[in-house]
Amino acid sequence: MTTIATTTSPSLPPLRPEYERELEPFTATAVARALPLRQRLWQNSGLRRAVILLVLAALWETVARLQNNDLLLPSFLATAQAFIEGLTNGELLSKAAISLTILLQGYAAGIALAFALTTLAVSTTIGRDVLDTLTAMFNPLPAIALLPLALLWFGLGSGSLIFVLIHSVLWPLALNTYAGFRGVPDTLRMTGRNYGLRGLRYVLLILVPAALPAIVSGLKIGWAFAWRTLIAAELVFGASSGKGGLGWYIFQNRNELYTDRVFAGLAMVILIGLLVEGLVFRTLEAATVRRWGMQR
Amino acid sequence: MTATVSQPLRVVGAAGQRGPLLQIEDVSLEYRTPERVVRATHRVSFDVHAGDRFVLLGPSGCGKSTLLKAVAGFVPPIEGEIRLDGERVRAPGPDRIVVFQEFDQLPPWKTVKQNVMFPLMQARGLRRAEAADVALHYLDKVGLANFADAYPHTLSGGMKQRVAIARALALRPKVLLMDEPFAALDALTRRRMQEELLALWQDAAFTLLFVTHSIEEALVVGNRILLLSPHPGRVRAELNSHQFDLHSQGSAAFQQTAQRIHRLLFDTPAADAAAGTDIADAADAADIPPRTAQAR
Repeated sequence: MTTIATTTSPSLPPLRPEYERELEPFTATAVARALPLRQRLWQNSGLRRAVILLVLAALWETVARLQNNDLLLPSFLATAQAFIEGLTNGELLSKAAISLTILLQGYAAGIALAFALTTLAVSTTIGRDVLDTLTAMFNPLPAIALLPLALLWFGLGSGSLIFVLIHSVLWPLALNTYAGFRGVPDTLRMTGRNYGLRGLRYVLLILVPAALPAIVSGLKIGWAFAWRTLIAAELVFGASSGKGGLGWYIFQNRNELYTDRVFAGLAMVILIGLLVEGLVFRTLEAATVRRWGMQR
Repeated sequence: MTATVSQPLRVVGAAGQRGPLLQIEDVSLEYRTPERVVRATHRVSFDVHAGDRFVLLGPSGCGKSTLLKAVAGFVPPIEGEIRLDGERVRAPGPDRIVVFQEFDQLPPWKTVKQNVMFPLMQARGLRRAEAADVALHYLDKVGLANFADAYPHTLSGGMKQRVAIARALALRPKVLLMDEPFAALDALTRRRMQEELLALWQDAAFTLLFVTHSIEEALVVGNRILLLSPHPGRVRAELNSHQFDLHSQGSAAFQQTAQRIHRLLFDTPAADAAAGTDIADAADAADIPPRTAQAR
């Protein structure tokens, strides 16, 4: 077989001529164009969330009207009215302020302890064992189960509330932070050590920012746990040092069968949760892990 | 070569020549896997002089990367000694800056400029304004002045390596360590980076210790090449390559030396020098696109 392109050897492709082209500046159409308005609007997560909330509210209103029993399930509008009433006479806001003050104290203390514990865990083997053992022991323990003990130790004041709040924040945050520390890539660790960083500077300048996605998710979980614990604790034993928070507000109004106010209190808890998630954590993520390309 | 080894430390010769800057003397290295201890190198000795572009070349498993990490201070030798400027290497430090192969060596929470400034401020104690000046100067040298405020995740692989090189040069280390810095780049970018590295060396005349598994890259980048045999790594030969640059790649002398190295490493003549220049699998050098491209 010396001939190349005969009809008897279909396995060989035909020989084609080469060509070159002079390219002129591209003007046929714009290189980039804007997305249609509807798609751009739908990309806004705030708008998507608002739509979800509206649908839920409509669903609630419909079910409540069909049920037609204000004592069991007040309608969305009745709840909204009680909520606005509570806001205007200042009762809801002052209760929320009492709850938030205690919550923030416990949350801050929990965060400080979690960082101390995880820093110890990354620096020493015994510290790691301490963290592993303690989280395995205490993380499954519901904070509310410690309340009777806390009352015994710290009395009926905010001290015992802060104690259970620390317990509810500390373990999940420590677990998440430590998992984040361990997930820091080796190359990044070596880079930090290459600069001569060690000890606390190494943890603060390399490990903490590198583990920030995990730390932020730990902060979120800790926040949610703290809220739950606080409301539950207030429901169980009500007033702390004579003044009750949101949980007490809910409990009291249920006793007096003001179901719409119970719902308004719950709505306040939800609203604060949404606000903290939307304003605090979202802003924190947008300014850090998203901006740095560590999280989408 | 043997003559320089037997010279006493820091002897200033008649011509004002100093002794070797970096001395590796009978260094054996081991690394640990859960099942066993593996010997990476066995009694390796070589000297690097100031201004050298010294290349460690060998197939996978010859311990060249481990050797580089030992010089950086990350891996302690089990026998022998590594001396920099006559001082024994004990821990990582900013006088031996490493440019790693991995792109995650740049802390993602810092912009390009901050990435260069960070070690200047932490390890060299420069003030912010001084560090910013130095950083911009070196970023300009690697052609990234326009990207000073970009975050690493928005850069391509080649640009990230340029930042890492700028960062290393800005610190003015006694010896610059490069661990297959261009292996994860595409072939065209790799060639341009080699060119730029040589231009930077012409400009600043730093001392370079460069690890590669590509014979071609070793000949182009280095002025002296240490050949290591695998399992465990032992010195096979030490060759001169100062006469080659990017433009001599097609020359007969270049091909001849490439074949000689191939023969020294594998004890068989390379059948096809062009195909035989890359020792390890091409799969080693996975081509990683920038993250922004994946996000689209």
